[in-house]
Amino acid sequence: MVPMSYFVGLSAVLFAIGVAGVLLRRNIIVIFMSIEIMLNAVNLAFVALGRRLGSMDGQVMVFFVMTVAAAEAAVGLAIIIAVFRNRETVNADQLNLMRW
Amino acid sequence: MPLGVFIFLAALAVTSALGTVLQRNPVHCLLALVVTLLAIAVMFIGLGAVTVGFLQVIVYAGAIMVLFLFVIWLLNLQAELRTSPGYLALKALAGLLCAALVAELFTLLWHAPTAGGAQAAAPPGYGSIEKIATMLFSDYLISFEVTSVLLLAAIVGAMALARRAPAPQHASPQAAAADGPARPEGA
Repeated sequence: MVPMSYFVGLSAVLFAIGVAGVLLRRNIIVIFMSIEIMLNAVNLAFVALGRRLGSMDGQVMVFFVMTVAAAEAAVGLAIIIAVFRNRETVNADQLNLMRW
Repeated sequence: MPLGVFIFLAALAVTSALGTVLQRNPVHCLLALVVTLLAIAVMFIGLGAVTVGFLQVIVYAGAIMVLFLFVIWLLNLQAELRTSPGYLALKALAGLLCAALVAELFTLLWHAPTAGGAQAAAPPGYGSIEKIATMLFSDYLISFEVTSVLLLAAIVGAMALARRAPAPQHASPQAAAADGPARPEGA
């Protein structure tokens, strides 16, 4: 049997990889994908700890997280399309119109 | 789940997540991300969360990833050019911060009371679609209904944001000139 701490440790590593993607990449779509990695890492921790406690509330939370991720992807990609139509770029460094 | 299967899936998930972050072509990033999602879905099933695992495959690896792919093709994105070397110090700092985050999370995990130890025996019907549906429509009923409102708002918002401004047919010429052709309306 695999100890639950292995799952939570894997979740921590995946979350850090997602954070690295958000910090390192300049392409907005890839930044979005990194956010999806972070959401999935948290989902894995939910399911693993729920299994550890023998409860299913974590799985219901994963269900809601998936729904919110779908809504976020739809609205976020629509914003990206609108930005690309106006600025002809998806590079986060060039989207500095509101920069201080 | 046997330990060997876990190690294989974990290595697959971490490798493909790194691929998502490090590759230059957005389509390659997306394919690596699909591998990560599928590995995590298999882990869900191995943990007894069968319904959630299949939902992960259908909703995440299926629908949301197709949406990403569609946008990448719609925008006709090419592989990123190499960034100027002036960003190298910032990137090193970002990597350092991520390493610090991993260390911090593992320290927390080391002290967490629930993370260690053997897992409890799963009750019969654990993770079945019947149990999840019962919980969704009893304990989490209000959240479930609010989620439907959220999805409706997301649909309307995405439509309003992504559509082109319609050609003004009944507007006066001044209004048509003031309204740029590429401005999304209702944003």
